[in-house]
Amino acid sequence: MSVKDGLYYSEDHEWVREEEDCLVIGVTDFAQEELGDIVFVELPEAGEEFEKNDSFGVLESVKAVSDTFIPVSAKIMEVNENLIDNPELINDDPYGEGWLIKVDPADDSELDELLSAEEYAEFIEEE
Amino acid sequence: MNKTPLNQIHKDMGAKMTNFGGWEMPVEYTGIIEEHKAVRNQCGLFDVSHMGEILISGENAAKSLQKIITNDLQKLEPGKIIYTPICKPDGGIIDDLLVYCLQEDQYLMVVNASNIEKDFKWINNHLLEKTKADNLSNKYAMLALQGPESKKILTQLTDIDLNSLDYYRFRQAKAAGIEMIISRTGYTGELGYELYFEPEAAVKIWDQLMEAGSDFGLKACGLGARDTLRLEKAYPLYGNDIDETTNPYQAGLSWTVAINKGDFIGREKLIEIEKNCCQQKLSSFKITGRGMARHGYEVYAEQEKIGEVTSGSYSPTLEESIGLAYLKNEYTEPGTEIEIKVRKRMVKAEVLKGPFV
Repeated sequence: MSVKDGLYYSEDHEWVREEEDCLVIGVTDFAQEELGDIVFVELPEAGEEFEKNDSFGVLESVKAVSDTFIPVSAKIMEVNENLIDNPELINDDPYGEGWLIKVDPADDSELDELLSAEEYAEFIEEE
Repeated sequence: MNKTPLNQIHKDMGAKMTNFGGWEMPVEYTGIIEEHKAVRNQCGLFDVSHMGEILISGENAAKSLQKIITNDLQKLEPGKIIYTPICKPDGGIIDDLLVYCLQEDQYLMVVNASNIEKDFKWINNHLLEKTKADNLSNKYAMLALQGPESKKILTQLTDIDLNSLDYYRFRQAKAAGIEMIISRTGYTGELGYELYFEPEAAVKIWDQLMEAGSDFGLKACGLGARDTLRLEKAYPLYGNDIDETTNPYQAGLSWTVAINKGDFIGREKLIEIEKNCCQQKLSSFKITGRGMARHGYEVYAEQEKIGEVTSGSYSPTLEESIGLAYLKNEYTEPGTEIEIKVRKRMVKAEVLKGPFV
């Protein structure tokens, strides 16, 4: 189970990566491992706005359904359309090709409330 | 929580464990889809030691059972097995199970883990004199070896000729040096065997089967794959698709009700139900839109609620979302378009006929 350095993490098992003009959000390796084979993804549309901790999508594995929660208040800029036909990318590469959304954050300071890689690693250790 | 004798093996293999009816059981080892495909194409080994075993013995064993089950015990003789529901007087299904005829006056019932206590009590209350029931659930471990390669694998452990063992037949014989029941049954729709033996031998038999299967692509499989495999064959699962509020006719199990065999519990009501036709029938469907159906989701047609999903999952073989639902009779025709309420969305689906695979 890997936790990637340099990302922000939420206790709902999402990660956030800062890029120059946006934030990229996905689910962690721990989350995909817990879910098992992901076979269906429901994602929002570009332009939609969400408050921090709102559910913005759904991941379904063979066994279970799981909501995804946005770690910061933001407007959706882009969703990973690749996942519609290839949801298994989330299992195969959760921090890379399995990213879920790119967003424009409403308030940059919300990032500070998230966990560091080290803190998240400790958090899942306790789970 | 109850543990099977193979609990530590599952954990050592890195299985994801879950509470299933009070038992700590493996859901998956390497992934449900991979395990599912192993069973369809090669072979899978399942620990199903949580299943219950109840022995009925005595002078009136057969007579007692004939009264308790809906199927016809006359079809049985030593070495044969039948599948049957047991019903309440109102036709509701108490459990669905297998009956093994060990001898003329000895029958082994293999029941769902979550129903062991309930069944045992029910059976005890309906036995005739000179007959007794023993709950032997703790005396048996059970493995299911399922898949096209299962015969080749099991042959390596036993001297009996598996070619002469037909579907729904069993032998009491030795495998891996252990006395056991070798039964040509299963819950996957593939060629396969279910093995019953003393719990102390479970680790040895598991290891020997895994070893014998290593050249044949044998994989350890969890309850996750067991569920998708049975769903592709449209086998009902107790607690999901059938329970005390459903009867064998609406569940598509009319072939298990021997209405003319003589009196049995539920017969009167079942005659009535058959005559009046059920209002709802358990039907197969596949999702044609985008989404997955799950147990409890509502089904609609023309804005009207016409039923409820009882099982829904992803079919690894078809790579589609499939499920079972109780639908009003007029919507059960194959090809009928229905809609399933998936959380807040309506998702299109189509009624199909029978098994998916």
